[in-house]
Amino acid sequence: MRGPRRRLTAVAAAIAVIAALSAACSSAPAGPPTLTWYINPDDGGQTEIAARCTAAANGRYTIATSTLPRQASEQRQQLVRRLAANDSSIDIMSIDPPYVPEFAQAGFLAPMPPAVDAAAREDRVPSSIEASTWQNRLVVVPFWANTQLLWYRKAAVAAMGLDMSRPVTWDQIIQAAAANRTQIAAQGVRGESLTVWVNALVESGGGSIITNVGETDPALIQLGLTAPPGIDAARILREFGDAGVAPPGFPTADEDTNAESFQSGSAAFMVNYPFIWGKAKSGVEEGTLPQSVPDDYGWAVYPRTLPDLPSAPPLGGINLGVGAFSEHPDLAYEATTCISNPENSAYYFVSNGNPSSRLSVFSDPAVLAEFPMAPVIRDSLTQAEPRPQTAYYAEVSGGIQRTFHPPGAVVPGATNQAATDLITAVLRKEALL
Amino acid sequence: MTTTVERTEAVAPVSSTSDKSRAERRLGWYLAGPAFAVMLLVTAYPIVQAVFDSLFDYRLTDPQNSAFVGLGNYGVILTDSVWWTSFGVTVLITVVTVAVELVLGFALALVMLNALRGLRPVLRTVILIPYAVITVVSAFAWQFAFSVDSGFVNAWFSFLGTTADTDWFGTQGSSLFVICLAEIWKTTPFISLLLLAGLAQVPDVLQEAAKVDGATWWQRMRRVTLPNMKAAIMVAVLFRTLDAFRVFDSVFVMTAGANNTETVSFLAYRQTIERVEIGLGSAVSVLLFLSVVLISVLFIKGFKVDLSQARGE
Repeated sequence: MRGPRRRLTAVAAAIAVIAALSAACSSAPAGPPTLTWYINPDDGGQTEIAARCTAAANGRYTIATSTLPRQASEQRQQLVRRLAANDSSIDIMSIDPPYVPEFAQAGFLAPMPPAVDAAAREDRVPSSIEASTWQNRLVVVPFWANTQLLWYRKAAVAAMGLDMSRPVTWDQIIQAAAANRTQIAAQGVRGESLTVWVNALVESGGGSIITNVGETDPALIQLGLTAPPGIDAARILREFGDAGVAPPGFPTADEDTNAESFQSGSAAFMVNYPFIWGKAKSGVEEGTLPQSVPDDYGWAVYPRTLPDLPSAPPLGGINLGVGAFSEHPDLAYEATTCISNPENSAYYFVSNGNPSSRLSVFSDPAVLAEFPMAPVIRDSLTQAEPRPQTAYYAEVSGGIQRTFHPPGAVVPGATNQAATDLITAVLRKEALL
Repeated sequence: MTTTVERTEAVAPVSSTSDKSRAERRLGWYLAGPAFAVMLLVTAYPIVQAVFDSLFDYRLTDPQNSAFVGLGNYGVILTDSVWWTSFGVTVLITVVTVAVELVLGFALALVMLNALRGLRPVLRTVILIPYAVITVVSAFAWQFAFSVDSGFVNAWFSFLGTTADTDWFGTQGSSLFVICLAEIWKTTPFISLLLLAGLAQVPDVLQEAAKVDGATWWQRMRRVTLPNMKAAIMVAVLFRTLDAFRVFDSVFVMTAGANNTETVSFLAYRQTIERVEIGLGSAVSVLLFLSVVLISVLFIKGFKVDLSQARGE
C-alpha cells in the first residue's frame, strides 16, 4: 500500500507543478501589451523615442527595444531568419530601405491600415516614399532618410579654383584633385557601400541597375548595367583609380575610414553621410580636434555623372515595418506614427545626426543650429534615388560588389557585361555568388 | 533470461568473463549512451537535414516556390569557378598553415620537453596562450595590426620595404599571407601540444642506446625520435588539416572574402546565411563535409593513422 500511495502523491505533486508552470506561462503579463521594436544600433535615439512614445500612449502600450547587429546586411539576416520562423515577438522593426521589397514579397510585413498609409505619406521627401513602396503599395513607414553629400575642405578647394556653389561633376573633382595632388575619399570596400556608389553613378547618368522594377520572378529581372549610363559609371570608377586620387587602402575603405582621411586633411573631397559632421563636432567637444577643422568643412549636393543632368544622390535611412506575425499589429502601426512624428524626427536628427524623412524638419531652428547643411541634405534627399528595388536585392548587390571590386580596376564595358552575366545567372540559379 | 542464467552456470569459466564483458559493455553504453544520443541529435540530424535540403531549390524568403531539383545544386556548384577558386584557396591555406605549424610546433614541443623542470609550467602556459584566444578576437587583433589606418606593422617593418600606405588587405597574396599568419599563430600551440605527447612517448632507453653508439643529435632525431612518434605526428597533422580546411573566422573578419580570399566554409555561409538560399548553401556544406570525410579516410587508410594515439593509449 505504501508504494502506490507514494506514487499517487508524486503524481499529484507533478500535476500541481506542471499546472502552476503552465499557468505562469500562459497567463498574459499584467499591464499594457509590450511592443518589441528591433532597432539598428545608434546613439540611443531610438530607445529615447521608444520611451517618449510609451509615455504618449497613456498606458495603451509600452515599447521595448531590442538591438540588431551593426551591419545592415546582418540586420536583414537576423530579421529574415526570425520572420521565416513566424516570430511573433517582432512588432516593429527598423529596416534598411533596399530590403523592403524582400520583406514585403515574403509576406513578412503586416498590411498597413489606410489611416496610417495616409499619415505616412504626409510631409515626406519623395525618395523615402519611393523606397517604402512595393507593388504600388506603401508597405513600411518612412522614419529617417539619409543621403550622401559631397564634402570638401574649403581652403584646399579654394586654391583649386573650383566653384562649389555650382553643381560639379565627378570628372571635375577627379581632375582638380589629381592636379593638386590631393585625394577623394570614396567607399571602395567590397561591401554595400560599393553598390551605393555604383547605383548613384548609374542613376545620376539617367540609367537604372534594374529596368523593370517590381518584377517578382527573378529569372525575368532586366538589368540596365550595359546601357550608356552604366558604362559611364564604370568609366568614372576607372578614372578615379587611374588618376591617383584614391586614398591609401582604397579597396578596403568604408565610411568610417574615409571620415578619418577627410578629417586628417589627406583628402580634400569626400562623398559620405552627414554623420561625419557630428563626428567632427564631438572631436572638438572632446578636445581631440581643433575647431578650425569643422570650420573648414564645406558641403554640396552629390557630384554629377553628366554635366547637364542633376545627380541622383544615394538614399539610405531607416523605414519602420510591422511584423506580419505580431500579436498587436494595430498598436504597432499606431506606435510607428508616434515614432516618426515631426517632434521625434527633429529630436533624432539633432541628437543622433540622422536626417528626417519629413520635409518640415529641415527648417526646424534646432536642426538648422546643429546642422547648417540641413537645406543641402533636403535638396539631396529630394533628388535622391533608391537602390534597385527587388526582392532579390542581396543577389543584385552581391553581384555588383564582386564584379566592380576593386573599383580602380574596373574595365568599362567588360565589367558591365560581367556584372550583367553574373547577376542574371545568379538570379536564374545557374551560378553561385 | 532464465536459460541464459542456466547456461552460464553450466560453463562457468567462459561465461563469467563473457558476463563481465557484457556488463562492462552495458556500463559503457550507460555512460556513453547519453553523449551518443546528443551527438546523433546535434551532429547526425543536421547533416541528414542538410543532405535533404541540398536536393531542393529552397529560399528562406520564398518557401512557396520550393522545388525538388535532385542533384541540380551540386551541378551548379561544381561547374562554377567560384567553388573551385574557394576550394583552391582553402587547400592553399591548409597546406601552408599545416606545414609551417608542423615545423614550428615541433620546435616548440622540443623546447617544452627539454626545458628545465622549473621553467616547464611557465613555458607551456606561455606557448599555449594564443590557443586560448578566441579565433575571432585573434583575427581582429591581426587585422588591426596590419590595417593601413590603425596598424603598426607598416611602421615596424619599414626596413623590409613597407610604407605607411602598404595595404595588406588590398591584394590576394598579401591578404592570404596575413590570414595564414593569424592561423599559424593561433593554432601552432595545439599542434605542439600533440607533438609533445608524442615526444614524451619515445622511450629514453632508445635515446640512450643511440647516444652510447655515438649517434649525433640529428641522427637520433631522424632514426630514433621521428620514427617512434610517427603516429603522433600523423594524428596532429590530421586534426589540424581537418581544422584548417574549415577556416572561416579569419577570412570573415579580415577580408570578408574580397580579393579571391573566400574559403569553402565562407562560401557556404554566404549562400546559406547571406543569400538565404538554403538549398544551394546546404549543397556547399555537404560538399565541404565530403571533403573533410575524404581527408580523414585518406589519412586513416592511406597513412594508417592510429587515432588511439591522440588519447595517448
